[in-house]
Amino acid sequence: MLTANRLRDGDVLYRKGSGWVPMLADAEVYPDQASADAALAAATAETLRNEIVAPYLFEVRDVNGKIVPVKEREIIRAAGPTVHPHTGKQAGQINA
Amino acid sequence: MLNPLVKQVDPNMYRYDEFDAQFVSERVEQFAGQVARRLSGELTEDQFKPLRLMNGLYLQLHAYMLRIAVPYGTLSSRQMRKLAHITRTYDKDFGHFTTRTNLQLNWIKLVDVPAILRELADVEMHCIQTSGNCVRNVTADQFAGATDEEIEDPRPLAEIIRQWSSLHPEFVFLARKFKIAVGACEKDRAAMLYHDMAVQIVKNAEGRIGYKVMAGGGMGRTPYIAHVMREFVEREDILAYLEAVLRVYNQDSRRDNIHKQRIKILINTIGPEEMRKRVAREFDEIKRAGTLQLPQDELDRITAYFAPPKFETGLSDEMPEAGADFANWVSTNVSKHRAPGYAIATITLKTPGQVPGDATSAQMDTIADLMDQFSVGEVRVTHEQNLVLPHVRKKDLPAIYAKLKELDFAAPNAGLITDIIACPGLDYCDLANARSIPIAQSIAKKFENLSRQQNIGELKIKISGCINACGHHHAGHIGILGVDKKGVEFYQLVLGGSGAEDASIGEIMGPGFGEHEIADAVERVVNVYLAQRKDGERFLDTYRRLGMAPFKDAAYGKVAA
Repeated sequence: MLTANRLRDGDVLYRKGSGWVPMLADAEVYPDQASADAALAAATAETLRNEIVAPYLFEVRDVNGKIVPVKEREIIRAAGPTVHPHTGKQAGQINA
Repeated sequence: MLNPLVKQVDPNMYRYDEFDAQFVSERVEQFAGQVARRLSGELTEDQFKPLRLMNGLYLQLHAYMLRIAVPYGTLSSRQMRKLAHITRTYDKDFGHFTTRTNLQLNWIKLVDVPAILRELADVEMHCIQTSGNCVRNVTADQFAGATDEEIEDPRPLAEIIRQWSSLHPEFVFLARKFKIAVGACEKDRAAMLYHDMAVQIVKNAEGRIGYKVMAGGGMGRTPYIAHVMREFVEREDILAYLEAVLRVYNQDSRRDNIHKQRIKILINTIGPEEMRKRVAREFDEIKRAGTLQLPQDELDRITAYFAPPKFETGLSDEMPEAGADFANWVSTNVSKHRAPGYAIATITLKTPGQVPGDATSAQMDTIADLMDQFSVGEVRVTHEQNLVLPHVRKKDLPAIYAKLKELDFAAPNAGLITDIIACPGLDYCDLANARSIPIAQSIAKKFENLSRQQNIGELKIKISGCINACGHHHAGHIGILGVDKKGVEFYQLVLGGSGAEDASIGEIMGPGFGEHEIADAVERVVNVYLAQRKDGERFLDTYRRLGMAPFKDAAYGKVAA
């Protein structure tokens, strides 16, 4: 999957098609490296539009039909701080 | 918002002069322009990133993070209320006091930053030099001006260093960041020996006051204890000497390898004796030029800002009685003050289960009220992520304690095992490999029983979520380092460190423990101490006497503990 931050407010975004969505669950999973690299290249080129910053790819896996990041870092990024469950996307908050 | 029953008090602390105010104001407008140019696309992210970092603005895991400088940890009630207001208005209603005595806000929007900086400037605050390869926020002993252990208040010197180093043309682009701490007594509450440079106010054999300068300490990937550069520097020469150290560092440090760019690497590569020689040569040149002396009248002018408050006389020096809970709190959180009838009160932001260093806007506002009512409008932020009311009348302590209980900040645990330092870790930090805060919470809950904590005595646990060591794990009696193994968090134990005057670097025990194993491993280590300690020994003393082996055996379950 592909993630970035929105420039004006820093909110975490995920790539879907040629746009961005705030929730990981709504985002696109790239089935192979070539399609992931192509998405990253497109997003990197898009940074010139000054809407998003710092795009990068991360790995996910299918756990009982649910897409879950492989690394704890991305799980926390997608949800919010584990120590403040009232904040972040886990609480339905968008930082916009 | 100011409680109508409380009269705001202006403490004795540095006030911006016309130059300071203009400088900060211009800097705010400069950065506001840079933000506008970034949003319009005139600046690329690569161009903008160093500019935002110079203003304390990071892009972290969830959003932008703004690091607000609290010079030498001193805040007025007016400033505390402003921090509460900013936290409430622009963030998610809580802030995080850090091991660099700053305040971090974790959910900041780039578009709001100019307005926040203007609000900070209104109360003589800013975010300058809280990031980047420059001289960072100067830290100090949190008991400065209040303890009877010190030779003199170190904060005037800290302020002079702040002014000298702020945007110093030679030192704006150092090889790496550079952290300075100051103190004025043998007791080290500021982790001085773990700083790039530290200045201790001392008296020489003739009784003259001057400065002992240490350099080359640091945490991170390669921890070192600072070396003494010079035992005694005359008052008027201190800036010349500090400049000489920084100049040698700036000229001779490695800029080709990010892991070798700190002054600790330079000094430990060429050796402290060679460093002393190079600094002495540079110092002589600066002295010969005669351009950088600290005039006594300037020292006096700055010192006057920090004049001690007018302490009441005739107060009883007896500690009031207000029940067993209050007595427990006094035994750990109240320290001796220089003036009879007064005390220093430490507010630990560490009630077991809390996030170390976090405070809500409402808690900040109430603390500001306590500052005004009971501590001449002043508080100190400590590198152990606590707050200190420096000048309180002993007779007021029961009222302060009662209010702290309402805030859930009345834990009687300063210096005990639940008074844990923890960096933000993977819950917030873009650099972290593992979470720190939940580990601190689980250990604090495990040792929540107060009589057990008191039986264990002084034991400092410090937790970092990565090798950068913002949680000071190298200096923990028990340090914990979070690591990532194929996407899973593990925690290494590090034993025997100290950030105090008996500074030492902790020793890594061995392979890490899982998230749900580490608190139990800590308990087994503590049990070895309890079983083997001799009279009067702290955990650290027992570790130094016995070495790693028995603790390691117990931690890994080779022996029952």
